[in-house]
Amino acid sequence: MRSLIDIIDLTVEEIDELIATANDIIANPDKYAEKCKRKKLATLFFEPSTRTRLSFESAMLELGGSVIGFSGANNSSAAKGESVSDTVRTVGCYADIIAMRHPKEGAPMIASMRSPVPIINAGDGGHNHPTQTLADLLTIHREKGRFDHLTVGLCGDLKFGRTVHSLIHALSRYEGVQFVMISPDELKVPEYIIQELEKEGIPYTETRSLEEAMPTLDILYMTRVQQERFFNEADYIRLKDSYILTPDKLETAKSSLSILHPLPRVNEISVAVDNDPRACYFKQVSNGKYIRMALILKLLEVE
Amino acid sequence: MKIDSINNGVVIDHIRAGKGMELYHFLNLDHMDCSIALIKNAPSQKMGKKDIIKIDTELDLDLDILGYIDPNVTINVIKDSVCVEKIHPQLPERLTNIIQCKNPRCITSVEQEIPHIFKLTDRKNGEYRCIYCESKAKN
Ligand SMILES: [Zn+2]
Repeated sequence: MRSLIDIIDLTVEEIDELIATANDIIANPDKYAEKCKRKKLATLFFEPSTRTRLSFESAMLELGGSVIGFSGANNSSAAKGESVSDTVRTVGCYADIIAMRHPKEGAPMIASMRSPVPIINAGDGGHNHPTQTLADLLTIHREKGRFDHLTVGLCGDLKFGRTVHSLIHALSRYEGVQFVMISPDELKVPEYIIQELEKEGIPYTETRSLEEAMPTLDILYMTRVQQERFFNEADYIRLKDSYILTPDKLETAKSSLSILHPLPRVNEISVAVDNDPRACYFKQVSNGKYIRMALILKLLEVE
Repeated sequence: MKIDSINNGVVIDHIRAGKGMELYHFLNLDHMDCSIALIKNAPSQKMGKKDIIKIDTELDLDLDILGYIDPNVTINVIKDSVCVEKIHPQLPERLTNIIQCKNPRCITSVEQEIPHIFKLTDRKNGEYRCIYCESKAKN
């Protein structure tokens, strides 16, 4: 029995396999409509995240399975002082697979060590969120047909943005990938990630200017720059517009650019960009459901 | 300073000066009733000063703890007053309940019964990370 805690748990071949399954689901949804009949997914959300939970639940429902679970710390077993281990051992008696979100880092890991059924990490604090990365990867693959030889721009909060860190990890394994990190100095990629890239000899550049980077990019991954990450309001106001994507900033971009964003967005991508054919962030949401379907099938070992 | 040599037991040599007492506690030697000598600041050609622990009984030492606290020690196993084996412990791959995760966002900070497990992630720099939250261990 396997669980998915960290994107690095999956080999390149396994990611290829998941993407192939997701593509087949998109092409032939009827073929999968009863694959998980009589199976149950439990969504244990110790902190609420409506969009992630809905994505998991839709995925299971579209496979013909059913869904149980809870959301929010107050009505959960944790509020009564139960350990994560006991919760999953109990829920494992009802459900065939568990998607868990927890505010504490490593909670899904300890769950996977004790659970009788597979655990999917649906986000543990600021630590891992592997199914978001799988959604990003499926989107890149559907748009580009490959993972190798891509110039990937990452823009916004690169310091705290865990989705950015996982995506760098995942894409680092493919040949010819280079990264362009676009952020204010305050929100640069952490030093340990830079060291890993240096160690592996993976090319990257760092810049403060989205305009400067734009013409080189095949992928532009936008994230939100949150005001609370800045020491003072003046810096935030001075910088925030630099990292907002607008139609005029896209003028120098390649026609084949793909724009991604893990959503929810606040204002970092102007609504005027939504109708641009290069905008992929809503496709990314539906891809998230399809890749979760593929993952559920894989972990349940459903043929 | 003269301390009798031992017949059957273990001599932990080349302990970094000042680390002897820490090792003594980590190895739970205060609970043993055989004769044990903790020698501090013994002169050493190689190290200037060193600590030595002599334990006059056969016992299985936790090499993982030794390797973690001071990977440069030498363990001499003595049988019939002769050193029959010299062991140089290595940094262990895993540490269970030897150090604690200090990350306040880690699941181990709220659930007391979870074992604190650290994995060796960089042998050259002796870097350990918590298996749950991946924070670096602070020495
Ligand atoms: Zn930890």
